[in-house]
Amino acid sequence: MRIRYRVAVWSGLLLAALVAAVLASATIGPVELRVPVVAKAALNAIGIPVGFETSISTASIAGMSVPWPTVDVQYAYPFAFQIAPTSELIVRSIRLPRIVLGATVGFALGGAGAVMQGFFRNPMADPSIIGVSTGAAVGAVATIAVPMAVPFGLQTAAFIGAVVTAFVVYLLATEGGRTPVATLLLAGVAVQTFLGAVVSFLLLQSGESLEEAVYWLMGNLYGAGWADVGATLPAIAVLFLALVPFARDLNVLMLGEEDAQTLGIPVEWTKRLLLGLSSLLTAAAVAVAGVIGFVGLIVPHVMRLIVGPDHRLLLPTSALAGALFLVVTDTIARANPQVLPVGIVTAALGAPFFLFLLRRREVHEL
Amino acid sequence: MSEPLLSVSDVSAAFGDARVLDSVSLAVQRGEFVGLVGPNGAGKTTLLRTINGVRDPDEGTVSVDGDRQADCSAREWSRRVATVPQDTSVSFSFRVADVVEMGRAPHRRRTQFGTTETDRRRIEDALELTNTADMRDRPIDELSGGERQRVFVARALAQDTPLLALDEPTASLDINHQVEILRLVRELVGEGRAALAAIHDLELAARFCDRLALLSDGEIRAAGPPESVLRSEALDPAFETTTATATNPVTGTPIVTAGAGDETAMDGIDGDDAQRVHIVGGGHAGARAIATLREAGHEPSAGVLRDGDLALETAQSLHTPVASTPAVGPADPDAIAAAHDLAADAAVVVFADADIGPRQWTLDLAEGAPATVLIETRPLAERLHAGERARDRYERLRERSVTADLNTLPSAVETAVTTATRPADD
Repeated sequence: MRIRYRVAVWSGLLLAALVAAVLASATIGPVELRVPVVAKAALNAIGIPVGFETSISTASIAGMSVPWPTVDVQYAYPFAFQIAPTSELIVRSIRLPRIVLGATVGFALGGAGAVMQGFFRNPMADPSIIGVSTGAAVGAVATIAVPMAVPFGLQTAAFIGAVVTAFVVYLLATEGGRTPVATLLLAGVAVQTFLGAVVSFLLLQSGESLEEAVYWLMGNLYGAGWADVGATLPAIAVLFLALVPFARDLNVLMLGEEDAQTLGIPVEWTKRLLLGLSSLLTAAAVAVAGVIGFVGLIVPHVMRLIVGPDHRLLLPTSALAGALFLVVTDTIARANPQVLPVGIVTAALGAPFFLFLLRRREVHEL
Repeated sequence: MSEPLLSVSDVSAAFGDARVLDSVSLAVQRGEFVGLVGPNGAGKTTLLRTINGVRDPDEGTVSVDGDRQADCSAREWSRRVATVPQDTSVSFSFRVADVVEMGRAPHRRRTQFGTTETDRRRIEDALELTNTADMRDRPIDELSGGERQRVFVARALAQDTPLLALDEPTASLDINHQVEILRLVRELVGEGRAALAAIHDLELAARFCDRLALLSDGEIRAAGPPESVLRSEALDPAFETTTATATNPVTGTPIVTAGAGDETAMDGIDGDDAQRVHIVGGGHAGARAIATLREAGHEPSAGVLRDGDLALETAQSLHTPVASTPAVGPADPDAIAAAHDLAADAAVVVFADADIGPRQWTLDLAEGAPATVLIETRPLAERLHAGERARDRYERLRERSVTADLNTLPSAVETAVTTATRPADD
């Protein structure tokens, strides 16, 4: 009871803060809007799925036409406040998608970070530790630099790059059905270094599109639309919900793998599952937003200081705090007269804050 | 005998080419506390890891209550065997109650987020039994080693299994906490529960366990009640040393001294200088004298010693010739005669703090010797139970003897021998 109560209270508080941040963020931009206007526009944008239709269309993959099932979801919009059409357009089509996408990406990175740090029992672990981000970067930069060579869209390529890299690192570190965590970390670092070289080489080849590639690498939510949200949010929600039942297993794993085994956790199977889910979560986020550093590292650390190491509480609070953090930092990035990739803001604000914690509150270990 | 709770049969395990367990069989009954003893590297931890399911045996089977480990999932097995790990250091600030709650992991459903009524009852019982209830909200990483060990025992109890496996539960604890933990396990065993613990300290193992199993080089060398396992015949080859065993006067359980009478001791003397030495007097002084002289490479004999005397047990476990007599009543004349035979054979007689009774036979034994060494740790008045004539005899003995304490005894024996042979050279 006690833990459920704590989870409910903390999640409620963070959720309220997140909603407030979203509304506040939507008021900021070249056109200043007031909170009530933004709130009404946001409510108007809320759609409740009421039904769906499936149809078969054809998609072109690698030059071939493949039948592809399409799901058309119908939404009902319960709110219809009267506000100025331009304000509604700004909020609903420009600002909200970007803010919601930022929240979704932050949610995924914060949650995946909490899982990775617990899983690796290592304070330096973040969602990109096993090469997910660098893999995504290879896919994305390759699409930008040599579009002919890549048969997919940028986000698909980034997602595939991320997942393939995580899988390769996992295979490299696995021997005889066992995947020692230290080996996984080292294999991840080595593969990241190698892929870093690949990215640098691709950048050299990118010519005109260098700027675009660099922007992507810095992490960017610019130009996000509802389509991005539609592709990312459901996937991230499902992956996160799949992780929640394993929060207690993560707690037990923190005491050591042998201990976990004697407490009935099928260790290797659980590790594989946690690694797979958190890699997919990271890949889904990175594919739409580029490499946004530090969120997955710093947010779980801060939340662990506040709520303690119990993953039943740490996992949802880290995810929500990640969302909050990214909404705030992206607002700063957006409000800047010069277009600033959000990755620069998260790192520029996150690193000094982390150092402050390191000195003051003794974040020496998990 | 009923079917054992735990039965390990013909279990072998190897790390690469190194065979760590060689066809080990072991049974633990319900209500039993069995200690696994043996030198480092004997395979104790590997055996425990095979039993708790962390490692699969290369050959053989492990079963609890008739269920084979190989047929059980990790979760099913963790409802049968709970483990208290050797290393209980935790670097995360989980609360004590959280750690104990983890013991309920084998019993919860995947969809269960909090704790059930049964969970809470088991956790409370475990906290209560291990005396950790008042530290439930403290972070585990702020506890002392002994407290942490108790918390992990509580976690194992919350797991609610018939068998507890403990890997060196007393390692790195102060002696008060060592005793506390083993006493706790002792109390918990029973009511259908059993415990198997690897214990480094032989005497603690003997004191708290019902049975011991001595493991060395991956094989069980001896198994049974502590008195039957902690015998030099079994211990010496296992630990590759010479041991002396005796009974602890406080607990009545075996005590073991390693390196006693070790003929390869560094300050040992050559065979040529080895002397036959007879020791008169028992108790602490007698026992130390026997062991010290044996260690220095001499050939001690002793007597007359009473049954139950510390020195008698020391002599017996070191295979030292000894004349003995019943614990009460006057000394058996045959035993005194036997002691005279032993003393007659000796170059030196050590009068080790011996009592002098009305018949003064202890003085008789010393006076007949070519050389004597006196050890006086208790004042004569305490030891003298005879008249003035006995005191005079003792004074005369003291005048012609070398006086020594227990630490200088071996060199005093050599001095006595040289002094005694010098007049003959004149």
